[in-house]
Amino acid sequence: MIFDVLIVGAGVSGSLIARKLSSYDLKTIVIDKENDAGNVTSMANSAIVHSGYDPVPGTLKAKLNVQGNKMFPKLCEDLDVHFEQIGSLTVAIYDDQIKLLSDLAIRSKENGVEVKLLSAEEVKKLEPNINPNVKGGLLAPSAGIVNPFTLTVHAMESAVDNGVTLHLGEEVLSIKKDGDVYVVKTTKDEYQAKVVINAAGVYSDKIHSMIEPVDYKVTARKGEYFVLDHYKEGLVNHVIFPLPSEKGKGILVSKTTSGNYIVGPSSEWSDDKEDLSTDKPTLDAVRKAATEMVPSIPFNQVIRTFSGNRPTPSTHDFVIGFAKKDNHFINVSGIESPGLASSPAIAEYVVNEFVSKVLSLKEKKDYKPALRKRINPSKLSVNERNALIKKDPDYGEIICNCEKVTLGEIKDELSRSVPPMSVKALKKRTRAGFGKCQGGFCQPLVIKILAEHFNVDMSKIKLDKDGSEICKYLTKEAK
Amino acid sequence: MKELICITCPRGCHLKVDDNMNVTGNFCPRGAKYAVSELTHPVRTLTSTVKVDSKESPRCPVKSKDPLPKETIFKAMEEINKVTLSLPVHIGDIVIANICGTGVDIVATKNISK
Amino acid sequence: MINKKLVIIGGGSAGMASALEAYKQGVTDILILEKNDYLGGILNQCIHNGFGLHEFNEELTGPEFMSRFSKAVNDNHISYRLQSNVLGISKDKVVTYSNSYEGLVEVKAEAIILTTGCYERNAGAIQIAGDRPSGVYTAGQAQLYLNCYGYLVGKKVFILGSGDIGLIMARRMTLEGAKVLGVAELNPYSAGLNRNIVQCLQDFNIPLYLSHTVKEVKGKEGHLEKVVIAKVDEKFAFIPGTEVEFDVDTLLLSVGLIPNCDLLNNLPLSFSKTRGPVVSQDMETEIEGLFSAGNVLHVHDLVDYVVEEAREAANGAVKYLNGKLSHKGHIYDVKPGNGIGYVVPQKIYLEDANDKLVFKFRVAHPFKDINIFIKEGDNVVKKLFKPAIIPSEMEIVRVDKALFKGEAKEISVYVEERK
Repeated sequence: MIFDVLIVGAGVSGSLIARKLSSYDLKTIVIDKENDAGNVTSMANSAIVHSGYDPVPGTLKAKLNVQGNKMFPKLCEDLDVHFEQIGSLTVAIYDDQIKLLSDLAIRSKENGVEVKLLSAEEVKKLEPNINPNVKGGLLAPSAGIVNPFTLTVHAMESAVDNGVTLHLGEEVLSIKKDGDVYVVKTTKDEYQAKVVINAAGVYSDKIHSMIEPVDYKVTARKGEYFVLDHYKEGLVNHVIFPLPSEKGKGILVSKTTSGNYIVGPSSEWSDDKEDLSTDKPTLDAVRKAATEMVPSIPFNQVIRTFSGNRPTPSTHDFVIGFAKKDNHFINVSGIESPGLASSPAIAEYVVNEFVSKVLSLKEKKDYKPALRKRINPSKLSVNERNALIKKDPDYGEIICNCEKVTLGEIKDELSRSVPPMSVKALKKRTRAGFGKCQGGFCQPLVIKILAEHFNVDMSKIKLDKDGSEICKYLTKEAK
Repeated sequence: MKELICITCPRGCHLKVDDNMNVTGNFCPRGAKYAVSELTHPVRTLTSTVKVDSKESPRCPVKSKDPLPKETIFKAMEEINKVTLSLPVHIGDIVIANICGTGVDIVATKNISK
Repeated sequence: MINKKLVIIGGGSAGMASALEAYKQGVTDILILEKNDYLGGILNQCIHNGFGLHEFNEELTGPEFMSRFSKAVNDNHISYRLQSNVLGISKDKVVTYSNSYEGLVEVKAEAIILTTGCYERNAGAIQIAGDRPSGVYTAGQAQLYLNCYGYLVGKKVFILGSGDIGLIMARRMTLEGAKVLGVAELNPYSAGLNRNIVQCLQDFNIPLYLSHTVKEVKGKEGHLEKVVIAKVDEKFAFIPGTEVEFDVDTLLLSVGLIPNCDLLNNLPLSFSKTRGPVVSQDMETEIEGLFSAGNVLHVHDLVDYVVEEAREAANGAVKYLNGKLSHKGHIYDVKPGNGIGYVVPQKIYLEDANDKLVFKFRVAHPFKDINIFIKEGDNVVKKLFKPAIIPSEMEIVRVDKALFKGEAKEISVYVEERK
């Protein structure tokens, strides 16, 4: 079988491109080396839908960020993803930053982003916990926070529901053109496709180099973060940014869609694209920078630290377009920040400007943009909730205590077209194990549920990647 | 003079024992008894689990009804690892009688009905 | 909405003990809410012995200890709901819980006792540096997998923290065929009980590295491969050149327990240094009629003490239900002074108090040859000599109420080394 399109990478770009393609009569396959969609950069980031005030005007980053931001409300409604337009507030702490703030306001206007310069008093009114020495701020109301885990997973689920094939756990080894088709060899199989889309994140330069010499480099730029428990509301009400520098938008303080707080990221060049380690000096620096904006961050409420790698291109802009020697190979490379915010616009751009040039796109009649709705019991009234539990008692049984996740929600995820294959994949979808005890109480129950569902022994259930089984060795077995 | 920490109870008294087995530093008489026994014939209560023929409760906790000679602990584990109980299990049920010829029984420490 | 005189949240040892005590004192309209499908809480997985020396004058295992209490609960027909998770407590004491067989239930309680225990500090909370591989578990997680399901999480194990669960797991995993390479403790003294150092480590020649902690966790392809430990100075800073590397597949964490009192987050309450709620002499929180006992209040080292405290809370709840907690008269703030980590209770209503005032506390670090002082204002009410005192053992001091004058605002507990 020859696929029309083969996408390398099931991150947020790959998933949204796949979803866009699934609205046409095309045979599309997505291949990813990870065992879940959105498992690398799309999982470990600030989870912010930037307004687009910051990229250099005229760049793809500026254009796609602003467009993407506008697409989020509808997209998240269709995909049942938590998105909240809480706005961002870039703050000047020192006198000499006021000038930079107004420069930024000018840049925002050039990018077509609505912003408002605020006085110190106005900032303090919006953000009571801000550094009292604050000198002023720039409010961008269109910025928002999104659940990045479900955004990617649900986008892929929508693509699969509309006919896309998804192969996880397969690493692409080589890509060669054979006549009119590409032959893509993976660790498990071989595929033929008319068009290849390279959305391979930190490895996008490597995938590109499989077909031609590449004159740019994608380097991992690591960002380390703190996650705080959702212990109280109102620590900050907006995404709080410092003034941007050449290193990026800087260390932010924000609430997340789950009501936690996130503080970070750092910015460090990394030679090792797999390195997701954290270290104390870096996190101490993050803490210091964040405290300068919000002095009262309760770091004793930290429930987790993590790091993510940004695929930073040496070109300083997204690399999107045809390969030099062939227009059937489309790169979506170097998608670093504001990649998440741009991702819906990236998908449109890739399909409308590039795929459409080489394949004829016929709209699918039975395309369904919206997913089957998920039920969130905590959003229901007492009566609605009781009616639900009466119909399906699993929604009455709570598995994760910290995050109040019910068995019903877990079973729903298992019934979906991109089901969770690991404890972590389930955690990304339902938040089971995301709370202060970090799965201390619910992990055994989750393992039992997964083992039962897949009809395997508990020892087969993985925490994350292959080989990460938790109940590794059954004791007392006859030798 | 030998020094050891009493483990009879969580208090953890620091005991001193001279060559004539005179014990000092003990809060209660059990400490003196422990010191002498520990230096002449050390014993430990063994707690472990045994297999149960049940999907719901695949393991049942057990203990040695009395302390076992310390040197028999690993041998006792080998015996314990061979056993499979069928339901129901009651606290005090003898799982292995006279384990390793010590005269001590291994007993169940939990009621399991399913 | 249903009505109950007394709702107890959590059916572990504290919950069952307080229910039984309240029942004994004549309050029979009780409901215990338990998230698991059994009564007994964490004792279910604590299959080692050493429970019940005070309570039953014999050494029991965790499951044996809990079964005596659950039998008494059943024998007295005290009602409880299993697999029932409390979603919230309101200021006016409406408890909302959910299960699969009743749905979402709202109970208006006249009094509540919160006995939800504690949870383990985990890798996220202590912010270990390095990779994020699989193979890092809390000791209690590994204990549950091994004792209840029969699985070892790994075979080459290092343990960070000398808390009792970690020590107990060193022995358990060794007996089940794993190799435990060592235990590192940040402090220059153990966090666990002496008997566990002897029985769980020394018996199996497992080294204990005091003043050491994990400097880095190294993984390969997502799995734990190595832990690097290093010695720390008095300020807990790493001493360069003291690094030791261990090839392991498992790192167990036994680095402390934290009261599990999320349910109180949205109530107008203050919290003490233990991270549990501030309580009075009757284990009553700042909301009248809402009591709390056991590890949700402060972490205990013996279940026997948990049971005792649960009875004090039940006694308080019964007094409250009978209108005998006036919250009037002289009020003391109880403050931890020199050398003291924390004290429970943090408040005393002298008029409401029983004949003995009970102070429970831990020292901040080990002392030898000290006097413990309980002081009312500037006046020493009680002085007590101790040859040795360590943070891993909770101290309980009982003082006659009659010795307090009801004048000063503050009672302080502190220690002084004898010269």
